[in-house]
Amino acid sequence: MSDSPILKVRGVSKFFGGLTALNNVDFWVNAGEVVALLGDNGAGKSTLIKCISGVYRPDHGQITFNGHDITGQAPMAIRSLGIETIYQDLALAENLDVGANVFLGKEKKKRLLGLIPVTDDDYMRAEAAKALQKLDIHIPSLRQKLVNLSGGQRQAVAIARAIYWNARLIIMDEPTAALGVPEQRKVLEVIRTLRDQGIPIILISHTMQDVMDVADRMVVMLRGRVAANVPRAEATVDLLVKHIIGAGEMS
Amino acid sequence: MDKSKSTAAVPWYQSRDFWLKFLASSWTYLFLIAIVIFFSLTGRGFFTIRNFSNILVASTLVMMMAVGQTYVIITSGIDLSIAFTVGLASVICATVMRDLALAGTAIEVAIAAGVLSGMLVAIIPGLVNGYLVAWVKVPPFIATLGMYGIVRGASFLLTDGQQVVGGLPVALRDSLSSIGNGSLLYSIPEIGLVFFSRPADLTPLQLRGTDLLLPYPVLIAAIVVLVFGFILGRTQFGRHTYVIGGNEDAAIRAGINVKRHLLIIYCISAFTASIAGILHVFRFTGGSPLAGEQALLSSVAAVVIGGTNLFGGEGRLSGTVVGALIIATLTTGLVILNIDALWQFIIVGVIIIVAVLVGRVQQSLERRQLT
Ligand SMILES: Nc1ncnc2c1ncn2[C@@H]1O[C@H](COP(=O)(O)OP(=O)(O)O)[C@@H](O)[C@H]1O
Ligand SMILES: [Mg+2]
Repeated sequence: MSDSPILKVRGVSKFFGGLTALNNVDFWVNAGEVVALLGDNGAGKSTLIKCISGVYRPDHGQITFNGHDITGQAPMAIRSLGIETIYQDLALAENLDVGANVFLGKEKKKRLLGLIPVTDDDYMRAEAAKALQKLDIHIPSLRQKLVNLSGGQRQAVAIARAIYWNARLIIMDEPTAALGVPEQRKVLEVIRTLRDQGIPIILISHTMQDVMDVADRMVVMLRGRVAANVPRAEATVDLLVKHIIGAGEMS
Repeated sequence: MDKSKSTAAVPWYQSRDFWLKFLASSWTYLFLIAIVIFFSLTGRGFFTIRNFSNILVASTLVMMMAVGQTYVIITSGIDLSIAFTVGLASVICATVMRDLALAGTAIEVAIAAGVLSGMLVAIIPGLVNGYLVAWVKVPPFIATLGMYGIVRGASFLLTDGQQVVGGLPVALRDSLSSIGNGSLLYSIPEIGLVFFSRPADLTPLQLRGTDLLLPYPVLIAAIVVLVFGFILGRTQFGRHTYVIGGNEDAAIRAGINVKRHLLIIYCISAFTASIAGILHVFRFTGGSPLAGEQALLSSVAAVVIGGTNLFGGEGRLSGTVVGALIIATLTTGLVILNIDALWQFIIVGVIIIVAVLVGRVQQSLERRQLT
């Protein structure tokens, strides 16, 4: 297997009624690694990451993170261990500014007249600006509501929030799916920046080019199983597509 | 040529956008000032301290209901039940005061007990609303419509079907009225400024000429507005209110206790409605199940005119205050001009629609500024 997996998924199965969404899945992520998770619609990608992030409880198997057994723990508990999941809908409050969103639910407070706790908006904006700078993202005005920002900028805010709270593993479910081409590039750049900073990432994507650009390893799922595990050096678009459509065994 | 054209164009568009933005963000203030000027020029006796003091006192009913309503609407809810929570609080408050006073309890104690029990009982519909909305996931419109009927029925049961709770002893009524129709500061002819209460030995002429510079109901309403405006604008609780209104899912995933928060929001709505009911008891020295019925739509109108988005996530209490003042000014102004009060509904209806349209313009202006 590998040198130092920080996340290990062993023999995980998940059933929805009679449907087997995950069938005895083994999966791991090494320190500092970008792992792409590929597969046709309904292959089980989202179910797998939801088992990792605690949204679903696996029916069989075990998930460990940095040696802790996290199988079946609540989403908040798993987040507090440093696993941040960025879903397609981003879970941002678009009616508020960048600072408010980076600190969503964990607002920084100061005391007015040394007495009354109020939100420290200047501090939150400044910290958000720093986090965005780390990702090399520029946002015209930090006081803007998110609804006025582009899709890529919003994605960046979601990522900035994750790293600000010391994410030790970031999971992204199709981060580029809803974006135009220049925006997609920007998000891929952000992913590379994160990798250079040593933060491991699980990236679900349908776009082969994205995957070839940023991933260190590709894991292909097919009907709830892991069909292939391909290091970047051996990967070609052809090979990956074959695995995705289930013709991989022939090659 | 091209260059000079573009540099000349930028300041022009910038300044136009600046003025548009200014208009969009402050048109309610300008509208309020405009109708005050209009009525002052056309209505006899409008531009007097006494009349302004009356408008402010009259606005407190809608204002108090609208404070809680603002919170509820920012979470993308609505609270219809306050139409009768006001009455429930007034009925409980007046009944407790009356019965205690008649039983020989000291007046101050009777008043304090009445106020407290009015507030406490009024919280019950708030708790039920919050529970239904947050836990049972009943849409706010339906949940609070149910409570609207229940609270109405309960209030009338408490009064044996009567529209008023009267029969308060004279001493109690005098005490209530000294607050409800009193002022922290009076201006009295030939005497000048007097604090706390009217001297007892005024001539009829002095009595008629007395102005209430700081009426107690207005002071109480101002305190409620300041406290809840501060909570909404500056505290974490306020911030979470906006988060829930903007994206409830995001709030849940960010670890905000959304259910508990909504429960508190509906209790705030019931609480500020109960203040309206208690003010009614002090002003009219009695209670009525119908004390707030007519003001429900006005309270929603005040919130919407004030710029709060009915879909949630946006709004300020300062806007609501202006909205409530516009409605109160219109009501009084039309009466003074002897125009059928029904026109008020039409004018308020038009302003509500304008408010929604201006909100949209404002959003597109914000967006355009970025590009
Ligand atoms: N909550 C659910 N209830 C029932 N079936 C589900 C649920 N979530 C996913 N499934 C099913 O599990 C299978 C895997 O789905 P999913 O993990 O979403 O696939 P992917 O993300 O790879 O497209 C699909 O057949 C899907 O219909
Ligand atoms: Mg999916």
